[in-house]
Amino acid sequence: MKLETLFLFLIALSIISYYIAMRRAIMSVDSQQSISKLHSMPTYHGYYAVICSFVPPMIIIFLWLVFEQRVISTLLISNFSNIKVLSQGEINLFLTNVQNTLYSNLFSQDGTRFQSEIQQATIILKSYQSISRIILSVFAIAVSIIGIITVHRKINQNYRARNKFENAVSKLLMTSSLVAIFTTIGIVLSVLFESFRFFNEVSFWDFIFGTEWSPQTALRDDQVGSSGSFGILPLFVGTILITIIAMLVAGPIGLMTAIYLGQYASPRFRNIAKPLLEVLAGIPTVVYGFFAALTLAPFLRTWGESVGLNVASESALAAGMVMGIMIIPLISSLSDDAINAVPIAMSEGALGLGSTESEVIKKVVLPAALPGIVGGFLLAISRAIGETMIVVMAAGLSANLTVNPLEAVTTVTVQIVTLLVGDQEFDSAKTLAAFALGLVLFIVTLGLNVFGLYIVRKYREQYE
Amino acid sequence: MTARDNIEDIETIGNPNVENPFISAKNVNVHYGDNHAIKDVSLQIAKNQVIALIGPSGCGKSTFIRCINRMNDTIDIAKITGKISLDGEDIYSKELDPVILRARVGMVFQKPNPFPKSIYDNVAYGPKIHGLAKDRNELDEIVANSLQKAGLYEEVSDRLDESGLSLSGGQQQRLCIARTIAVNPEVILMDEPCSALDPIATARIENLIDELSEKFSIVIVTHSMQQAARVSQRVAYFHLGRLVEVDDTEKVFTNPSHILTQDYITGRIG
Amino acid sequence: MFLGYILLENTENNMSKKNLSLSTQQKVRKSLSSRYKKETLFQYFGLSSLSVGIIFLVIFFYSVLSQGFSAFTQTYISLKVDFSDNLVVKNNKIDSIDSNFDAIIRSALRERFPEVNNRRDRRELYKLISIGAVYQLIDHLDMSPGDVGSREILSFPTSSDVDMYVKGNIDRKLDESKRTISNNQMMWIDELVEKGEIKMKFNSALFSNGDSREPELAGIYSALKGSFLMLFITLIVSFPVGIAAAIYLEEFAPKNKISDLIEVNINNLAAVPSIVFGLLGLAVFINWFGIPRSSPLVGGLVLSLLTLPVIIISSRAAITAIPPSIKEAALGVGASHMQVVAHHILPLAFPGMLTGAIIGMSRALGESAPLLMIGMVAFIVDIPSVITDPSSALPVQIYLWADSPERAFAERTSAAIIILLGFLLTMNLLAIYLRKKFERKW
Repeated sequence: MKLETLFLFLIALSIISYYIAMRRAIMSVDSQQSISKLHSMPTYHGYYAVICSFVPPMIIIFLWLVFEQRVISTLLISNFSNIKVLSQGEINLFLTNVQNTLYSNLFSQDGTRFQSEIQQATIILKSYQSISRIILSVFAIAVSIIGIITVHRKINQNYRARNKFENAVSKLLMTSSLVAIFTTIGIVLSVLFESFRFFNEVSFWDFIFGTEWSPQTALRDDQVGSSGSFGILPLFVGTILITIIAMLVAGPIGLMTAIYLGQYASPRFRNIAKPLLEVLAGIPTVVYGFFAALTLAPFLRTWGESVGLNVASESALAAGMVMGIMIIPLISSLSDDAINAVPIAMSEGALGLGSTESEVIKKVVLPAALPGIVGGFLLAISRAIGETMIVVMAAGLSANLTVNPLEAVTTVTVQIVTLLVGDQEFDSAKTLAAFALGLVLFIVTLGLNVFGLYIVRKYREQYE
Repeated sequence: MTARDNIEDIETIGNPNVENPFISAKNVNVHYGDNHAIKDVSLQIAKNQVIALIGPSGCGKSTFIRCINRMNDTIDIAKITGKISLDGEDIYSKELDPVILRARVGMVFQKPNPFPKSIYDNVAYGPKIHGLAKDRNELDEIVANSLQKAGLYEEVSDRLDESGLSLSGGQQQRLCIARTIAVNPEVILMDEPCSALDPIATARIENLIDELSEKFSIVIVTHSMQQAARVSQRVAYFHLGRLVEVDDTEKVFTNPSHILTQDYITGRIG
Repeated sequence: MFLGYILLENTENNMSKKNLSLSTQQKVRKSLSSRYKKETLFQYFGLSSLSVGIIFLVIFFYSVLSQGFSAFTQTYISLKVDFSDNLVVKNNKIDSIDSNFDAIIRSALRERFPEVNNRRDRRELYKLISIGAVYQLIDHLDMSPGDVGSREILSFPTSSDVDMYVKGNIDRKLDESKRTISNNQMMWIDELVEKGEIKMKFNSALFSNGDSREPELAGIYSALKGSFLMLFITLIVSFPVGIAAAIYLEEFAPKNKISDLIEVNINNLAAVPSIVFGLLGLAVFINWFGIPRSSPLVGGLVLSLLTLPVIIISSRAAITAIPPSIKEAALGVGASHMQVVAHHILPLAFPGMLTGAIIGMSRALGESAPLLMIGMVAFIVDIPSVITDPSSALPVQIYLWADSPERAFAERTSAAIIILLGFLLTMNLLAIYLRKKFERKW
């Protein structure tokens, strides 16, 4: 049975169970008595019946689908004794070929190994899949019917259907909020898992402290290729260089913008300027990257030539500047929050002594708001480090260990994209390196975020 | 007259008990975290009577009535011990659904809080969720009846679809009373219902309380002694979480037995 | 006399006090001018910082608009076409396999420029017309088959090099070897322009076609559909789950360490770089669950996870804004907690939640990094029909076109950017409109 049909069938069953339950509830009171003798309104009996008949099968279907592919693949391979013993990568290749043959009618090119096995496997795979679906359908429908019958038996005047229903809904709500935790766990586990496989092939210390990054690995045993060096330092330095340039742009501009808008601008001016700044925040990063690569970088190049500087066409400067502009609204709004959190009493005290407004800001408000501003800066730095598209389009691929902003550098995020966007073979150190990079990126940004949010929160509590 | 004892040792003076009590509270203690808000209060309330709870701010009157309809359940740090019975049933027993309790014990709040819905829907909400009306006609009847009993019907009968928030403060409070009546409770708790209203609106509601007491038992918390004197048959004086004195209204106001009661009534404290 | 002395003393004291206070005031006045100067400087600094952002916006929009604007038009050549020779008709229907449509176009070109007679020149002549013109011819014949055996004037799209030349993007003065247009071609085009046989029409291919190697045939339809499917999945996954989570956390969750943990978690997820979500999608959705790569399903799921924290945070804010007196009133009438949530809190908070969702979705529309991770870099020509077909997305299409060296793709990239920004603007305006309309002053 197709998945959609099963789904519709279950929905139909639920609707039927709703009406059956409602009727049963209404019937369970003497028609002399009014309905209000029921503990719960009939609709709640109906709703509860729907939950009992719909949710358990859905859970089963979800779990089944999650594990179906893995289980079937393993069973499939076990049929072929000569494939079973191959390396994981080759097994995956085999499986991909089988799937391609089955789904896209792509016939594998001559020379692909195990042609006959692939043909056989295609047939076996098809049968396994249909068996799996049949079992699933039967199972799901059976569970649904059991659910209906169970509820039906319990319905009577005193049955607290409303409470049970609300309880079930509450649990559903709780599961939804757990999705966030599961996402984090998923990110951490998947990145960790692949990173460990990476660190099996490349030593951890070489990774963290190595100064050379050229991730070529021999794809097949017979290939002659340079062995890869996976030293992350050039990437780190490149990331930090671009981040510094971005913060040099965004920091002062963002802060001063916040001060000006908060302190000096008239409400009308503010109402126009603030949304305009928000537009800066809303421009997609790929568009910023396009601008950086096709407009700013050539401009910097020609300007550099005119003053005798050699500016690379993919300079860190171009990428950093555009990234800085992107971050301006973030710093501006966080600084604005920090400044507003300073009690007015403080600035009034300073004004009362005869300070000018700028003196109040420079000498009283800013120092008081400093922790909040610093926290905001940390969050902005984290954003800059994690930014991908601008650097992919405007910064280079060469792992250049330099601090010169006029040269091309590469960053952690660019390398993650480069490693995974080529021909994918999910086993070589090359692709696994991307996950190791992802791990480093995640840890660094997480650290900055947690610390930054912590500072911002503590600072706000200080004034409450 | 009983002297000013240490507040910890005060025993309730007067007549906390009644014949045929409808609501009965025994040794009720309420803690909000570390704050011991209600200290060992025992009180009985008769049917179809109005009892006023008076006392200085923060002495626990609102906390006490919120125990009667288990509104304190919504506050995480509140801990309630003791026994409260409604018509013989322990309201904190596991078998009792607080939802049903609150249909039997209604509440009118200090600040009028009609739902942001139409006047009709405000009053109809309670009957709807409790399934009190079989069809639309019955529901219409309940709404009209409740609005009449709350003394609001003539003013709004032609605009039942308008938002409840479009009414004046006094009208809104009467709407809230109508909403409470619509579920046909047995007790109505009123937590300073007139403190946000002007004198004219207040007077109207006080008249209403008198009419309502024919059908409902009413427990009213009030800051105004004059109001307590006007509307109630019994008065209970709370002081720092303890029930100091409870007796017939006339007796408490003309000849209080406890010095703290007298101090409050004469304006020395509170 | 003694009194007099005391009086004098006092007066002297008063006078010296006056002297002191005078000099304080003088001191203050002296410092004022430099302090006011600093003040003005400070204000200027602030204003100029603000201007940097605004000036950038102006430059940016100008450059994007000016570059992209021309992509909305496409050059067309009008040719007199003779159908008699090369069409093969079977059973009153045109046989599309045996008919030689290319030849029809080529002979029309030869007719127009009869002076062109050597092979090399002829090849250059044929290159004037886009490769895709054939399909246009076929479509036209499908629609009006009565043209068989007649002559007619039809418009065909030119190749992208011609298009760029007509739009003025190719430097005439360059040496021929450096140009993509030969001298002959320039001559022919100039003649056609003079005689009005070259016109600019609306570039509908941009909107109706999928991606293509030929710029003049390249369109965003496939990417648009992919983005649309993904946003749809994002909406139906992250909106309900986000609202449910927000309701649970605000209304039902006990205040303990676990809920604190969940809250910290959500706040942090909102700040995780989007590319990490792409890695998650790759490792879990593609490799473990087996969802097809580059499909809207996997893209939508990844974007949902990205958008979820945003929706949860804004929904919680919407719920918190509801005054507790409404909750109390409902509870007082005997509604259960769930009924209070369903009948009162949810309806009142819904506009705020919806606004937050629209803003979250507009963010998701512009995301490209995680989509690159899940494989959306392939050259996808076919329009996706179901959520498991391989597809692209608008921001990814922009990224791919931006990489292309051809001039014509540069203007199309800008046009695609304009379209993307258009969508984002609409969504944000909608959100702002909703917010204003349902704003309540509690």
